[in-house]
Amino acid sequence: MKSVRRWACVALGAVGAAIQASAAPKVDFNRDVRPLLSDNCFACHGNDTNKIKGGFRLDVRESAVGAAKSGKHAIVAGKPAESELVRRILTSDADDLMPPGESHKTLTPAQKDLLQRWIAEGAEYRGHWAYQPPVRPAVPAGASGIDPLVRARLASLGLQPSAEADRRTLARRLAIDLTGLPATPEEVDAFERDATPDAYERMVDRLLASPHYGERMAQGWLDVVRFADTIGYHSDNPRNIWPYRDYVIRSFNSNKPFDRFTREQLAGDLLPDAGIESRVGSAFNRLLLTTEEGGAQAKDYESRYLTDRVRAVGTVWLGQTIGCAQCHDHKFDPIASRDFYAMGAFFADVEEAIIGRREDGMLVTDDAQAAELRRRRDEASRLQSEYDGAHPELAGAFERWQGEQEAAIKGDNRWKRMTPAGATARSGIALKTKDDQSVLATGKNPDTDSYTVRLTNAPAGVVGVRIEALPDDSLPAKGPGRAPNGNFVLSEVVARVAKEGGEPRKLAWSSALATFEQTILADGNPYHAWNAASAIDGDAKGPGPGWAVLPEIGKPQQLLLGLAEPLTLSAGETLEIELQQLHGDGGHNLGRFRLSVATDPEAVRSRTALPPAKEIVELLAVPALARDAEHARKFLATFKTVAPQLADLRKRLGDASKSRNDFEATLPRCLVTERNKEPRVVRVLPRGNWMVETGDVVEPALPVFLAGKKPEGKHLGRLDLADWIVSRDNPLTARVVANRVWRQFFGAGLSRVSDDLGAQGEPPSNPELLDWLACEFRDSGWDTKHLVRTIVTSRTYRQTSVASREALARDPYNRELARQGRWRLDAELVRDQALAVAGLLVPVVGGPSVKPYQPDGYWENLNFPQRGYDAGNGADQYRRGLYTWWQRSFVHPSMLAFDAPTREECVADRGRSNIPQQALVLLNDPTYVEAARAFATRVLREGPGDADGRIAWAWRRALSRSPSAEEIAALRALLDKHLAQFRADREAAAGYVKTGRAPVPAGLDAAELAAWTDIARALLNLHETITRS
Amino acid sequence: MDLPSEIRRYQAQRQTRRLFLGRASQGIGALALASLIEPSILRAADASAGDAWKGVVKPLHFPRKAKRVIWLTMAGGPSHLETFDPKPKLGEMHGQPMPESFTKGKQIAQLQGQKLQCFGPQFKFKRFAKSSAEICEIFPHIGSMLDEICLVRSMTTEAINHDPAHMFMNTGSQIAGRPSMGAWTVYGLGSDAADLPGFVVLTSLGRGGQNQPIAARQWASGFLPSRFQGVALRGKGDPVMYLGSPAGTTRERQKDVVDAVNALNARRDAVVDDPEIATRIAQYEMAFRMQASVPELMDVSDEPASILGLYGCKPGDGSFASNCLLARRLAEREVRFIQMYHKDWDHHGGVKQGVEFKAQEVDRACMALLTDLRQRGMLDETLVVWAGEFGRTPMSQGGDGRDHHNAGFTVWMAGGGIRGGTVFGATDELGYAAVENPVDVHDLHATMQRLLGIEHTRLSVKFQGLDARLTGISGNVIKDVLA
Repeated sequence: MKSVRRWACVALGAVGAAIQASAAPKVDFNRDVRPLLSDNCFACHGNDTNKIKGGFRLDVRESAVGAAKSGKHAIVAGKPAESELVRRILTSDADDLMPPGESHKTLTPAQKDLLQRWIAEGAEYRGHWAYQPPVRPAVPAGASGIDPLVRARLASLGLQPSAEADRRTLARRLAIDLTGLPATPEEVDAFERDATPDAYERMVDRLLASPHYGERMAQGWLDVVRFADTIGYHSDNPRNIWPYRDYVIRSFNSNKPFDRFTREQLAGDLLPDAGIESRVGSAFNRLLLTTEEGGAQAKDYESRYLTDRVRAVGTVWLGQTIGCAQCHDHKFDPIASRDFYAMGAFFADVEEAIIGRREDGMLVTDDAQAAELRRRRDEASRLQSEYDGAHPELAGAFERWQGEQEAAIKGDNRWKRMTPAGATARSGIALKTKDDQSVLATGKNPDTDSYTVRLTNAPAGVVGVRIEALPDDSLPAKGPGRAPNGNFVLSEVVARVAKEGGEPRKLAWSSALATFEQTILADGNPYHAWNAASAIDGDAKGPGPGWAVLPEIGKPQQLLLGLAEPLTLSAGETLEIELQQLHGDGGHNLGRFRLSVATDPEAVRSRTALPPAKEIVELLAVPALARDAEHARKFLATFKTVAPQLADLRKRLGDASKSRNDFEATLPRCLVTERNKEPRVVRVLPRGNWMVETGDVVEPALPVFLAGKKPEGKHLGRLDLADWIVSRDNPLTARVVANRVWRQFFGAGLSRVSDDLGAQGEPPSNPELLDWLACEFRDSGWDTKHLVRTIVTSRTYRQTSVASREALARDPYNRELARQGRWRLDAELVRDQALAVAGLLVPVVGGPSVKPYQPDGYWENLNFPQRGYDAGNGADQYRRGLYTWWQRSFVHPSMLAFDAPTREECVADRGRSNIPQQALVLLNDPTYVEAARAFATRVLREGPGDADGRIAWAWRRALSRSPSAEEIAALRALLDKHLAQFRADREAAAGYVKTGRAPVPAGLDAAELAAWTDIARALLNLHETITRS
Repeated sequence: MDLPSEIRRYQAQRQTRRLFLGRASQGIGALALASLIEPSILRAADASAGDAWKGVVKPLHFPRKAKRVIWLTMAGGPSHLETFDPKPKLGEMHGQPMPESFTKGKQIAQLQGQKLQCFGPQFKFKRFAKSSAEICEIFPHIGSMLDEICLVRSMTTEAINHDPAHMFMNTGSQIAGRPSMGAWTVYGLGSDAADLPGFVVLTSLGRGGQNQPIAARQWASGFLPSRFQGVALRGKGDPVMYLGSPAGTTRERQKDVVDAVNALNARRDAVVDDPEIATRIAQYEMAFRMQASVPELMDVSDEPASILGLYGCKPGDGSFASNCLLARRLAEREVRFIQMYHKDWDHHGGVKQGVEFKAQEVDRACMALLTDLRQRGMLDETLVVWAGEFGRTPMSQGGDGRDHHNAGFTVWMAGGGIRGGTVFGATDELGYAAVENPVDVHDLHATMQRLLGIEHTRLSVKFQGLDARLTGISGNVIKDVLA
């Protein structure tokens, strides 16, 4: 970027020779010399101690004037002729020439002259400007320093400031700069008519108080901190982070002091008064790119995350390209590789998964939500305490219940559970025997099926067979059946004795009992119930009827079948139990079951209670003497889960817990910073290579070149880092932030490269002004609104942006501020203008990110998982651009066309390109076509009755000024032509006005609306509409 | 070379037009009106100045061997062991433990902490045509073109996961925000395509289902101005996003709106004297031309049946083969940099079946592209590159697949300036690491830039204080592959 200055020098030489000749100001090391040395010399004679050539440095005076390896002196102060540096830059000997040919760098004659003059004047070094504490220049007490400092500089260059812009331009400029929304014609008119001396200041105050001020300020901040809705790498999946965006908006709107804002973001979890707000601020530490890619190596990504965070601090607060020091000592700035990793070590305590899905994050509530959540949580915990209480009233019931359980166990013990020797299904589906001897049906569920289970080791004298139908999580409604409602119909159970080589012998049943028989939905059933008996009726009434259990699904049920004759298997014989399920009607098959046999006739005579759950069996198995307090507690707790006396309480507790959970699920969540138990070990990685683990382990420490050596024995944390960043000891942050804020109001920072205030950046054109702004910002208590107000109320800000040819030639990039700037609006604001002018904008502040229309298939290259895109409905479709869903790997295409950054890296200077895609977006994106139609509707409904009047009305709304007669004529020609065409082709007109989801207004002539839509489209496409001037 | 001075020069070019408009603005009302009725007036004004970016490398650093690049990105990481790098020894060691001497201390992706076993090549290799090189038997069509192709069997890269590896292959850096090679090329050389972007991207899916995601950053312009970014042509919907005029609008009515906008903009320029306005007018013209030229490009109905048969594609089927045909059409229209992504090369499992699918999808199409370019006399001026973002392990993954691998794999180049019928470099006997003439990504970039007439160390842009270039701080031209 230095070439800009170089060019400016040339321009001065050409145009302003008089200034040069008369003034010949003393060479300023930081402004004039250091950038030259840095760009051309430091790579080999600078801070990177591994790369120094010739044994001398040019970034340190002692070395530059001392003896080099050759014994010569690069610089002899006051004596250019004796300085080796001068000889080398002037020589015609290609071998000696500096910078050397292979560097592809050359010095211009003017630059060579400058270096000689500097040496002649004594080769005075000054520390790099940005590392010197800002000094407040003397300006009239109580007054803003902006105008005096700008004017002094202009005067020294023989430049004149420009006149103040007209009031309409000022109103539009201020509204865009402070809120991002266009001034309404009414506001512009009111300001134009307001003759009071403080009219301008009052307009500033009104806009600063607007909730849209925070949105406007947030936009740049979200770029620089790389805020986005998705993780970035590979699958680029969503994460919960939008509450941080709203936090930023709120912080600017409430004018939170910038030092507090900083502390919250870096260490909001560590503040003594940490609350929801400050913790959401700490989401800053989670904004980086993360991965879920299988096969990603944790060490690799741990190193990526560390470097990502250090680069972020470097860009956001220090304006330093610290990233260079990942692999080597910085070549141009005094940043050591060790400083880089020591900075990274501050973030080693951030709890996070290195690889994988991000957690849901912290619940983020406003006051009303917090109160409601508290109420529901209190209610649930009150009921929980009630439930958890001693409940002496249950003592008798508890004892009775124990007796019943013991009896049930005794009853169950009459049955011997059998492990199938084999289980097959007629349909061929897999029947899997589980560890508890139950059999689970898996795979496709056929309409009817029949399972055959072979039992080989039945005891002698079997008198009964038990079929337990068991629930399972894999089944619909947890089973036991496979029908969608969890039911089954066991139409017939057949027992056979099979022997190899012989015909199987069918056994007769004598009795059937079930723990539950379904009586509902039994109208067509000849038994009027789905009873046990129908499962052994030999299908006398057809295969339709059978045993079923609705509505008692999701729990175990039993069918107890008595054999007519006791059975003892002979050698080689197998007992086959066939479970026929021929009911059909949606796959009424058993999902999970278990077979048992009994030899005690008592077992099949009566239903006993179902055997208790395993835990209860285990608890009851503990001998009385071994039962301790813990046993008693568990036992009672188990009883409580089934005690009928507590049924109501259990229900109320369940409802309250559900109500709390349901409410929680509606609340926003945000990734925030939590500390891990053990900070990650951070090592210096030689050449940035994460596979080399031989580097020194480093503790968190501030950059030595700025903060000096860390005191021994003191452990520093993120809060210390934040404190230092906003302390007077740090010369950078106030300048960095003031410079970026300045950019918002003049189009470029005072130091043009907003992300690099180091030697390779551009020194400020007016260093005193940047220092004054930095001091004023810091000394005001980091009052951002004060800084903004000071800037926009200055005369410098209020200048016109229209420059004379001469002024343009003298200062083409407006580095000296003899006029205002003019630039295309940022992507979000391009959208906002169209929606606002059209009257479609829904100006709600904050909330989840939204999805404007997007071309189908734009996300087709996303995977894991594949994703569709559902454009927002209703209000969500008409929100400000700031709230657009930020998919890092596929940023919304119309935003991308207007240079919205992907926010994969921190961006302090957005590009401002001018490309054909922007024309395609404004002409064809349904967002803008719909906006044009809505705008046309307004024109027809709210504007005057005549065509020219309507054009003028629309023009004022879009551009805050009146059109000239020629401008009206141009649009009038378009209108007349298209109106005629649309009248002749009403079908085209009807199709045209249907774009978008906003309702097509009734009562307007489609041809007229279509023709006016083209006028509106033309207006929304004008360069002036998307330009701030 | 730095950005601002180039942009200044560019602005100076436009000054010519501004002066024209300035003079014309004396009667601006008349011009605005006249241009609505007879838009060619305004267009003539534009044409006189021209807005095409001519590039910063002027004159070229070297005599140019290739005018353009067609980069066939095989996304997912093709196995070199089932394509272009025969390893009989690996076949002999199939099932045996991978010797630790090969793998110790190396980056491994999904096989971290697992037992490493040799997994032999799944297909035979054979000699085709006149070439002495053996390649996998299931690529007979590419085999028939080997006399045009230089196989680089010693490629390496630094990254081992898809996303960073693509970034590295495209931008020379694993950190997002750098320009991709296509963007550098158009920035450096400009583009002669009057009605199309200079850098065009085409993507296609494979039917194996291993379609790894590809981020738009892979064709981004990074810190270069957005005008250099790749424009993705899509198979479905509008081929370029927002290309289609709204329903109910005719091309003529669209032109009326564009002309009205341009006339009003020109008038405004006369008042505020802003060079951005002239650019804006030119870009509206370009956008309007693209609305016709892109559909014309995509409509292959004028291609004879013999050509469709050569590529083996049906018009509009979105296949890699169709994209190859489009690539030729783009090349004919002087698009500077054409990059295709064919996905589904990520064969962690079922590498045999997977590569077979890929062979069916790309083998014939690659041959057709080279043949078609050659028969039109364009192959000599077009550099064709076939490369994945990395290769795959000689070790088995899950018994029938291969993991990501960056220590050695194969890419090939053909066409402008490439010494065809040759093999450069080699991996070790098990196909693990490049041991003979290893080539890294910066070397590949340096070589490609050399063929385009660019000395890679001299095409740089000031970014974050550094003279940033595609090749970082390294890169050596591989002289042996040059014709």
